Amino acid sequence: MIHFDNVSKRYPGGHTGLSNINLRIDAEEMVFLTGHSGAGKSTLLKLIGLLERSSGGQVHVNGRNLTRLKNRQIPYHRREVGMIFQDHRLLHDRTVFDNVALPLVVSGLGHKEIGRRVRAALDKVGLLHKEKSAPITLSGGEQQRVGIARAVVSKPPLVLADEPTGNLDPELSKEIMELFSQFNKVGVTLLIATHDLALVSSMNRRILTLANGALSHDTKTEYRDVT
Amino acid sequence: MSLKSRLLSMPGIWLQRHAQVALSSLGRLVGNRLSSLMTCAVIGIALALPVGLHVMLSNLNTISGGWESGASISLFLDQNISNDKARSLAETLRQHTRIETVELINRETALEEFQRLSGYADALQALDSNPLPNLLVIQPKVEYTTAETAEKLAQELRLLPEADIVQLDLQWVRRLQAITVIAQRAVVVLAALLSMAVLLIVGNTIRLEIQNRRTEIEITKLIGATNAFIRRPFLYTGFWYGLFGGLIAWFLVALSLILLSGPIAKLAQLYQSSFDLSSLDPITVLVLLSGSALLGLTGSWLAVGRHLSAIEPS
Ligand SMILES: Nc1ncnc2c1ncn2[C@@H]1O[C@H](COP(=O)(O)OP(=O)(O)OP(=O)(O)O)[C@@H](O)[C@H]1O
Ligand SMILES: [Mg+2]
Repeated sequence: MIHFDNVSKRYPGGHTGLSNINLRIDAEEMVFLTGHSGAGKSTLLKLIGLLERSSGGQVHVNGRNLTRLKNRQIPYHRREVGMIFQDHRLLHDRTVFDNVALPLVVSGLGHKEIGRRVRAALDKVGLLHKEKSAPITLSGGEQQRVGIARAVVSKPPLVLADEPTGNLDPELSKEIMELFSQFNKVGVTLLIATHDLALVSSMNRRILTLANGALSHDTKTEYRDVT
Repeated sequence: MSLKSRLLSMPGIWLQRHAQVALSSLGRLVGNRLSSLMTCAVIGIALALPVGLHVMLSNLNTISGGWESGASISLFLDQNISNDKARSLAETLRQHTRIETVELINRETALEEFQRLSGYADALQALDSNPLPNLLVIQPKVEYTTAETAEKLAQELRLLPEADIVQLDLQWVRRLQAITVIAQRAVVVLAALLSMAVLLIVGNTIRLEIQNRRTEIEITKLIGATNAFIRRPFLYTGFWYGLFGGLIAWFLVALSLILLSGPIAKLAQLYQSSFDLSSLDPITVLVLLSGSALLGLTGSWLAVGRHLSAIEPS
């Protein structure tokens, strides 16, 4: 699903985001990405969603070589990658329903189909009764769930989450992680960046650790080493 | 849904989507009633100016065209031509193929009338001879009343041995028409300049709107919106600005014409002519509205092209 081949990212001004990353994530995996602040977690996710382009190496996502992808093809790539952010990035002048519907409207789906799918997604995150509310009237956890519903409503094969539980208390965080596990069960590949080491270790999944822009630890290879 | 029914429903969805975007951008304008109205009013005033001038000029053309065809030729005879000779000349000219009527204004009659009307009766009585010549007022046949043919006829009359001065009263109509042509050019130039102003107004308004909705644009791009998708509501907004500006211009011009029609009717009465100020014809209205909508669309297109691609999510 995701394949990094010797990937580097230098930001303008000489800041190093990532250096020489080699990485492989298979379809239907659920993977956590950790590391100190400034380690490059967000940068790695941005390369996958093409919010940034790599400065060296090759990035393949879902069978596509992102390094070669033309700018005008980026939107079609992003439709296949659901993205979730710590600050939710909801549109505050629209209802919960309209926010979740946005990816479907963007891909040009019909009215009825949109209604059906949005309600299904809201149902999954337990917010069907809030479809007419304004996002601002929801709690942080609820807003995050709206963001999650929006990320999965178009059924993308891959979902990225950048600190999805950053502002939430442990209980809510746990709920969100349960939600992710459910998506993973139906075949969605997930890559979740987080600081919350306690939460990550409780989930019993593959963990990638970044340090100063380099991949310092991968529980999967460790597991292989042991066997 | 089967593939076939999905393909069949596609044009419907496309139309539905466009109608939705058109309506929602209209709704947004109605939502910001005051600022939208001000933008549209500025566009309307800018467009009303050339359109109003154009309508006034075409009215002027109609009037001066009427004057031209009513033109008659004044043939002043030599002082030594007797009344009898004048009468027989009038008779001959009446047989001319290109002449409709000839009216002889006898020198004595002319003097009497002049004395009566001018108020210089005493001064004129002091003269020992009548200074006025006999005058033939010649009206060409309708087919020969254009400026050119009337001028030809006047040339011919000048060759008559009895003729002293032959006057075709077209000179000032010609001058007026020449001035009208210049004024029409000026209106075209003015229209071009004010159209540019409209482009800038719409472009700037759309640019501000893009800035205000920056986060929304970023988020929409983030979830896979193409540039065309993001561009669409702004283009419709520009279109609406232009169209409503055009409607306001139409209203302003129609209103001015109504205000002017009273005084103009009075003026026409003074000249013993009945003249109705013609209002905006359907073609002018059509050109105005489609032109203004197109200007709005172009203005927003320019702004969107420059400013939208600069916004990328991070
Ligand atoms: N737009 C940018 N311009 C310049 N440097 C940047 C930019 N974004 C990130 N960086 C740099 O790249 C490095 C990695 O940043 P990144 O945001 O990926 O870290 P992170 O692991 O997500 O940190 P955090 O946990 O604080 O979110 C940092 O040194 C940062 O300063
Ligand atoms: Mg980060």
